[in-house]
Parts: sequence; structure tokens; C-alpha cells
Amino acid sequence: MENIKTQVRKYIEDNFLLGAGTRMPGDDDSFIEHHVLDSTGFLELVAHLEGTYAIKIADQEMVPENLETLNRVAAFVARKRGA
Amino acid sequence: MSAALSPDVLTLECAVEADRIAAWMRETLVSRLRKRGVVVAMSGGIDSSACAALAVHALGPKKVFGLLLPERDSSGFSTARGRQLAEHLGIAYETHDIAPALEGLGCYRQRDEAIRRVVPEYGPGWKNKIVIAGGTEGGINFFRLVVEDPQGHRQELRLPVAEYLQIVAATNYKQRVRKTVEYFHADRLNYAVIGTPNRLEYDQGFFVKNGDGSADLKPIAHLYKTQVYAMARHFGLPAEICAAVPTTDTYTLPQGQDEFYFALPYAQMDLALWALNHGRSAAELAEALKITAAQAQRVYDDIENKRRTTHYLHARPELIEPIASVRH
Repeated sequence: MENIKTQVRKYIEDNFLLGAGTRMPGDDDSFIEHHVLDSTGFLELVAHLEGTYAIKIADQEMVPENLETLNRVAAFVARKRGA
Repeated sequence: MSAALSPDVLTLECAVEADRIAAWMRETLVSRLRKRGVVVAMSGGIDSSACAALAVHALGPKKVFGLLLPERDSSGFSTARGRQLAEHLGIAYETHDIAPALEGLGCYRQRDEAIRRVVPEYGPGWKNKIVIAGGTEGGINFFRLVVEDPQGHRQELRLPVAEYLQIVAATNYKQRVRKTVEYFHADRLNYAVIGTPNRLEYDQGFFVKNGDGSADLKPIAHLYKTQVYAMARHFGLPAEICAAVPTTDTYTLPQGQDEFYFALPYAQMDLALWALNHGRSAAELAEALKITAAQAQRVYDDIENKRRTTHYLHARPELIEPIASVRH
């Protein structure tokens, strides 16, 4: 899971913060509240996760509980890959 | 303790408000814009109809030029109602079919190509629309593509982000081409262009930047949609217009604005926006709309989220520093 977290952090820093890594919020901070991701950003993140980790994210899984923070994303992807 | 929240809060003294808008419109044209009249694109919907009526109230029919700008996917009712309105108001108008321009730009081709990446069998005779999902159930907003084959069979699928963005980018050509035509006539006549968003659309960023969002003056951006309907009735506009259901008139399948963008039908959205703007709690909104407090809170969250997401649509181009000699 740590590996996934590192990779997703890198993706978010490169894609949404354009390399400005100092603005990356903490691992349990909300991407929404810290203005890192908007609704299109979440769609981009979902496409990236599906493509990178060969998982299929269902509509009902597109909820803040799975995607709102780095830790939640990493745990969610790890669960999906283990399933 | 505030009075109970009800649709009465949106009651408008239409005659007084119409005079206030008219005075502002005249003053703005003379003092700030230095233009001789206004161009209004008329979709046959309530907002552009009310704007045209207000313009005539302010300036008289001879200084208002109407445009009907249909394209391949427009409802036939739109043009018919637009023409009916122009004749009712006694203004000069022109119909300009923008389909050939859109065809030349690749609007339909780019849109259909993106749809075919999701539904390979999509082709001539099929219809389409995009609907929003997720947000009001507490999830993250995403978009679903609905297509219907010529036999009437429907499919609905979640749109991947690249295809969603391409479909929206292609359909945005429609609003941008319309605005180009509006400014041709505005330049030709030395008129200003009217933008027609109501408060819900303006606040929530429901417009295309440099498309329908572009204008010289927006006379109803402070009015809730319920109030725009009241204004249309005040002016005695044709019944077909006063009863028109808000649609985007952009996709080939009928598409309500609340399917594409807003969490609730407009009358409820109006009340939710008013309540949020006036510091009313989610519990009060829930009581008024007969929904749960959790649902009302999600509506509030969705409004705030859309404000954040669409902030850039309102923004002027960013400069590295202010240019003091340019007055806004």
C-alpha cells in the first residue's frame, strides 16, 4: 500500500499541482477542501487509477470515503487489487 | 427567529424591478458602453425572452435586434417560440442557421467520434445526451452518456473523462459560434450584446466561457429563475414561453437543466440558493423542500462545490500585475 501511496502522490503532484509538491496536503487531508481536485480532477484520478492498476471502479464506489484523501485512495486501490 | 422558509421569499414586485432594470440598462448603454441599442439572441426559453422584453421596456422596439440561431440539434419549438416572441415584441430579427458553421468547425464530428469511443455502434439517426450523477447521493459528481438508437432503445454508460471533456468541448462550439454571430450584428449596428443568465446559472457557473457567458450587460443575473418567470408573466409574454420547461437545447435527446447540471428542479434550486445566501440552515431548507436534512446539506455542498469549480469562468484573464491605465 505504501508503494501505491507514493505513486499516487507523485501522480497528483505532477498532474494537478504541476510539480509544486510543497502544496500537497497531508495524507489524511481532503483533496476537495485543499482545492487539489475538483469534479473533473476526480474523473481524471479515477481514469488514472483504472488504467494504472488495472481495476474497474464502479459508480457507487465514486464516493469521498474511497477517494477524498491520499490514504483513502491508497487503501481503496489496495482493497480493489486484493479483491 | 426568521420566518418559515417558503417560496414566498422569491416574490418580486415586477413593475418596480422592471423599471429599475430599464433605468440601469439605459444608463449603462449611454455612460459606460456608449452603444445605441442591444442585440439579444432568443432561444425561445424564459431567460432570453424576459431579457428581450426588458430591453424593449428600456429602449423601445426599434433599438432591440433579435437573433434566432438554430442548429441541427435544436428543437423546432425553440425557433418557433423565438419568432413568436420577436413578432410579439415588434422587434427586427434575423434567423441564422449555425449548423453549416458548426459542421465546418467539426463540432458534430468531434462529438460523435467521442461518443463512438464509448458506444461503437453509435451512428446516423441516433440521439444523445449527458446526465449528471453522483453528487446528490453524497458521491462525487460524474457524467453518464445516454444514447438512443433509431428504434428507440436506450443505453446509459458512465463517461470516461477524456470522452466527457471532448463531448462538452465540441458542444461548447454551439454557444461560442452563437456569440460570434451576436457580436457581428452588434458591431454592424453599434449595439451592445445582452447576456441572459439568471441568478442560478450565473452563481453556479452554468454557462460557456466566451460563449453564452460573454456579453456586455446581463440584466437578469440577479434574478432567481422563479422571478424571471414572474417577470415574463408581468410582460404578458406568450403562454408557450411562460410555460416553457428549462432545457439545454444542446443535445439531441431532450435534456432538462436539472439532469445536466443542477441537483434539483429550478424552483427548488432557487429556494436552496436563496436559503444558503440568507444564512438559513440545512434543516430549514429540508423542512421547506420536504427532504431530509442530510439531503439538504448535500444540496448546499453541491452549490458551494460548483461555485469553487466554476470560479474561473467568471474570471478575467490573469495578469502578473495590474495595469493601472486600464479601467474596469
